Amino acid sequence: MRGPALSSLALRAAEEGGFQPPTISETHLPEIFPWMAEWGTGFGKNMLMALLAVLLIIALFSFAIRKQALVPSRTQWIAESGYAFVRNTLGRDILGEKHFRPWVPLLFTVFFFVLFNNIFGAIPFLQLPTFSHAGPAYAMAGMIWLTWVVLGFRMHGAKYLKLVTVPSGVPKYLLPLLVPLEFLSNFIIRPVTHSLRLMAVMLAGHIIVMLAGSAAEYLIVQQEGIANTGLGVLILLGSIPLYFLELVMMVLQAFVFALLTAIYIQGSIEAEAH
Amino acid sequence: MISASLIQAAEGDANPLAPNPWELLVAALGFLVLLFVVIKWIAPKFEQAYQNRVEAIEGGINQAEEAKAEAEALKAEYQKQLAESRAEASRIRDEARAEAGQIVAEAQEKAAAEASRIREQAQAQIQAERAAAAAQLKTDVGSLATDLASKIIGEALEDDARSQRVVDRFLADLDAEQQTQGAAQ
Repeated sequence: MRGPALSSLALRAAEEGGFQPPTISETHLPEIFPWMAEWGTGFGKNMLMALLAVLLIIALFSFAIRKQALVPSRTQWIAESGYAFVRNTLGRDILGEKHFRPWVPLLFTVFFFVLFNNIFGAIPFLQLPTFSHAGPAYAMAGMIWLTWVVLGFRMHGAKYLKLVTVPSGVPKYLLPLLVPLEFLSNFIIRPVTHSLRLMAVMLAGHIIVMLAGSAAEYLIVQQEGIANTGLGVLILLGSIPLYFLELVMMVLQAFVFALLTAIYIQGSIEAEAH
Repeated sequence: MISASLIQAAEGDANPLAPNPWELLVAALGFLVLLFVVIKWIAPKFEQAYQNRVEAIEGGINQAEEAKAEAEALKAEYQKQLAESRAEASRIRDEARAEAGQIVAEAQEKAAAEASRIREQAQAQIQAERAAAAAQLKTDVGSLATDLASKIIGEALEDDARSQRVVDRFLADLDAEQQTQGAAQ
């Protein structure tokens, strides 16, 4: 899918007689089924990636655990390690021994859905982290926001609002200032940062990849002269460590996203302690 | 497609914060489907595999502990039995030794009694035989001597009274001689 984007860049560069860096618009690729535009929008690569992640996660984990062997095969062991990591590090360590069990599937799904979608950005031809688009990131953060808010009210009733917005041990005259601030930070800003943190990191990584690719292409193919070609090769070489940095960021962001999910849920379960 | 993207570029950059509602919807639905599958099948399978393993390991440990306890009980019983049989053996040995001593003593006693009885009986018999022999001898020697003397001196000693006296005196002399000989020995 990078072909059209790059050739459009090349074309534009040729017309305007200089290097045009790729823009954010380039992350929105042409739609796969343009005729679906009649119903509002076409079916884009981004949606394909999200569905691919769903199918891949179901297929891989179902395959790995199909035998439930006492002495696991290598595949089962790897899958179990992934599950145990979410279960113990994100679930038990944060939610506590008493509450973590019902939340393990949610944390597992959040972590691996985000992880797989992020990793797509590092796989040739797929090469698009789903969460570099705001829509999927908003969707995830929104659903998680709804989960912990509803959970908070279900566990503590209307008192939950007071528990979250009125900090304890603060002088009374400060409350008019602090209560709106707490409300804003907990209910409005929290889901926004939750989604934008992921989206921004993925988008930045994606743009860096695009920039390196298009600049290298421009220098090697469009420009003449050994110096330009050499510079283009250097950019390609430089993009290799960047690729691995991106890989680290992809895993890290998936972990941070799932970790924050666990922390928000824990905050709702034990609102008294906050 | 190329012209479309050129137009898009000309219109200005897409706002990265503005979501594509369809992408939002697809991601949300995909996530919910995945969540459903994970809750329904994947997570329970992992939990069950984990639980099975815990049970298998704990079961193995318990079995090993049971076997160990059983072996220790058997060993203790065996040692107890061994100690008992040792005590029994030494008791039997002591008894046997005592019994043997008793038997030996009884046998010795019996043998000694028997021996003394036999000795006494023999002595009595010897005494009786000797007495009988002495008596027999006395008469025989007397008559023999008388016969002999009468043959030598003829009928001079036909008088019984006198001959009897002579014989008695002879015998007394013989006895005395014998006694002095015995004393000398």
